[in-house]
Parts: sequence; structure tokens; C-alpha cells
Amino acid sequence: MTLIRALATTAMTASLISGMALADGHAGPPAEVKARNGLMANYSLNLGILGDMAKGKSDYNADVAAVAAANLAALAGTDQSLLWPTGTDTMSIDGTRALPKIWDAKADFDSKADDLAKAAVALAAVAGTDLAGLQGAMGGVGGACGACHKAYREPK
Amino acid sequence: MLKRSIAAAALLGAGVAWWITAPAYLSHSTETALVTADADIALGEQVFWAAGCASCHVAPGTEEADTPALAGGQAFPSDFGTFYAPNISPSPEGIGAWTLLQFANAVQAGVSPEGAHYYPAFPYTAYAKARPEDVAALYAFMQTLPADATPSRAHDVGFPFNIRRSLGGWKFLFGTPKAPALLEQSPSIDRGTYLVEALSHCTECHTERNALGGLNTARWLGGAPNPNGKGRIPNITPAALDWSEIDLMAYFTTGLTPDYDSAGGHMASVVQNLARLPESDRMAIVDYLKAVPPIAKQ
Repeated sequence: MTLIRALATTAMTASLISGMALADGHAGPPAEVKARNGLMANYSLNLGILGDMAKGKSDYNADVAAVAAANLAALAGTDQSLLWPTGTDTMSIDGTRALPKIWDAKADFDSKADDLAKAAVALAAVAGTDLAGLQGAMGGVGGACGACHKAYREPK
Repeated sequence: MLKRSIAAAALLGAGVAWWITAPAYLSHSTETALVTADADIALGEQVFWAAGCASCHVAPGTEEADTPALAGGQAFPSDFGTFYAPNISPSPEGIGAWTLLQFANAVQAGVSPEGAHYYPAFPYTAYAKARPEDVAALYAFMQTLPADATPSRAHDVGFPFNIRRSLGGWKFLFGTPKAPALLEQSPSIDRGTYLVEALSHCTECHTERNALGGLNTARWLGGAPNPNGKGRIPNITPAALDWSEIDLMAYFTTGLTPDYDSAGGHMASVVQNLARLPESDRMAIVDYLKAVPPIAKQ
């Protein structure tokens, strides 16, 4: 009787612990998704500095523009192959807007990421020169963001 | 005697219904204006991007090139079934054999060259307000695009919406949506009105619809559920859209929001189209959005 009770207690404790471990593993999205969101937030910060200058919301500062554009180009140029493991789409997990068709059309998805990298390099080449150069290159970067979001991000 | 009156009333009712549901073509004066307009290809190119034809009519997953092949095939789910955008390239599978008047009646009256009603997934109730010279120019430009031989796919629509004749009743009830009076007038706002309400057909997605798919004009541009199921298309009246004119212009040019996210979904295509228009046209749309009556958030 005591043995049975002890076994039952052990089993219950074990299941509780494993349950907690599982719950812990499911707290928030996977590290890759957090890193993706962080990358996007970093794009947004640097784009915001550049975009506000382009709009005239803040004064044009060649040095700051050059830094922000270089950051953007560096961020967009990182190898992103580790950020997009299978099973991290909207059908599999919460906390992401990455549509499953990313993994059905990986070559196109990668080429759109490459388009952003190229547009960011083009922006970095002119952002520190003058305001007109910055303004002229913003559309290319924005267009690259939109082209990928149009196809592969779930609407809000 | 009573029986005879009932029979007469029924017959009359059926006659009226048949008359109401018959395809109605453009007026004689509109057709005259069309055939006497210039075949202005450069103007037609501007109309083409303002009207967003390519966004729905390029093949699924393809980009909108400067001279896109309008092969069709994109799916548009709705409460009534799934519509597939047809081939509208200048090939025998598309509009290659159409006359200008057949084209204009399709685009503005929603009537096919065979005399059948089109489903209003095709925004002809907005295009109905387009100027004849713009429609004639659009026709001329579209003849210059690449021909594509992909056959159009039949719509997947259930009974009773699969009876094309019933769309005559829909057009009778909802075919001429009345836009609200604006809070201000100016030449730029007038141009914006033409772009928003006719060519760019913003109301088609940003205004909610009733159970039969007619626009609820009392909530003009006040937002609507996304027919794709996920999310909501936003209220873009001043009650909800508080972006500055500078922020709106930047959004229509780069697709970047004031907090530096980007447009997504179909709106990303819309922005790509608007970015091809003259700056004064984007400003006209901004001016319209500042002058449209506010619709309270829901």
C-alpha cells in the first residue's frame, strides 16, 4: 500500500515537473522568432532615423544618416539562414506572422531578402552625401520591405 | 376575375424582374465620347497604375513589371465563393479581340462582350465614374502589354450567386453607390475624389458591405472585415487615421508607416501603384483623405 502510494506520488511529481518543463518551453516564441523580430526592430529603428530626415521631420545630419544607413546595410547583409527553421510559421506556432508559404517558395523568399540587402547598400552609398540622395533611395528600401511583406507576412 | 388579376400582377412582376436583371450598357453619349477620344498611350499608362489593374490580374506570385503580362489566376475568397481574376492580356484568351466599346462596357457597366453580368469582385461600380477619355486611353495602353495564352479559370461560386442574371438585381440595388459630401473643396481634393472613388477604387476594400455585398455608404471608408478572413481593413477617415500629410505622402511613396513598419498584403501592391503616379496625384489622395467625413471607430 505504502509502496503503491509512493509510486503514485513519484509518478505524479514526475508528470508535474515534466508538465512545468513543457510549459516553460512554450513560454513565448522560439529564439529564432525572437531574433527575427529583433532584426525587424533594428531595421525599423535605423529606417526611422533615415525616414524622418527624408520627410523633414528631423534635420538632415550627414554623419548620423551615414551611420544609420551603414547599420541597415550591415543588418540586411547578415546570413539569415539560421533565422528561418521549419515549424516557425503561423500554422505551427503563436507569436509570428511568417506565412507557411515562405517554406514553399524559399528561393523567392531568399531573393526578396537579397533585394533588401541590395537596396540598403544603394541607400548607404548616398545617405551621407546629401538629403536629395537619401530621399531618392528611400523608395527602393521601402519597396523591398513591402514586396516581401506583401507575399509572406500575415496581415494584422 | 381575381385569379386573372393575380396572374396579371405575377406576369407584370416577372416582366419587371426580367427587365431589371437585363444587362444595361453605357449610354449613347458615353459611347460617343469614348470613340472620339484620343488613343493616348501615355495617359493610359497613368490610368492603368492609378486603377491598379495589374495588382489583381498578374499571375499569382509574380511581380508587377513595368509592362506586366496580365495572365490572371489570383484567387479572391469572399462570402459568396472564390473568384479568380481572368486573363486580360491582349491575347485571344484575354481582351485581344475586344473593341473599345466592348472594353468600356466591361470596365464601366460590368457587362461582358457576350452580354453577361460580371461579378462585382471586379470594381466596375467605381470604374463607372471614370472619364471616357481615360477609359479610351487605358484601352490603348493595354493593347501594348504582352499577350499571354493562359486560359481564364471559372469562378467557384455556389447557388444562387452562380446565376449571372441575378447580378442585374444586385446592380439595380447597389450598382451606383453614393459617396458622401466632403468637408472641403479644392482642385486637389476634386482630383483626389476622382482617384479615390473612381480609378483607385479605395472604397471597395475600406468600406464595409451588407449581407448582399452592397457597399454601406453610411460608413464610407470606415473600415471593413478582410474578406480573406484574417484581420481588418482599417478605417481611413480622419476619425481613425491621424497620420500627418507628410506621413501619408511618405507612405504612398515608400510604403513605410510613421513607425517604420511597411505596408503588407494587397496594400503593398496599392502603394507600389501609387508610387508610379505623379506626386500631385498622391497629394490629391492625401487631401481627399483629410476632407472625407469622419466615421467613428467601431
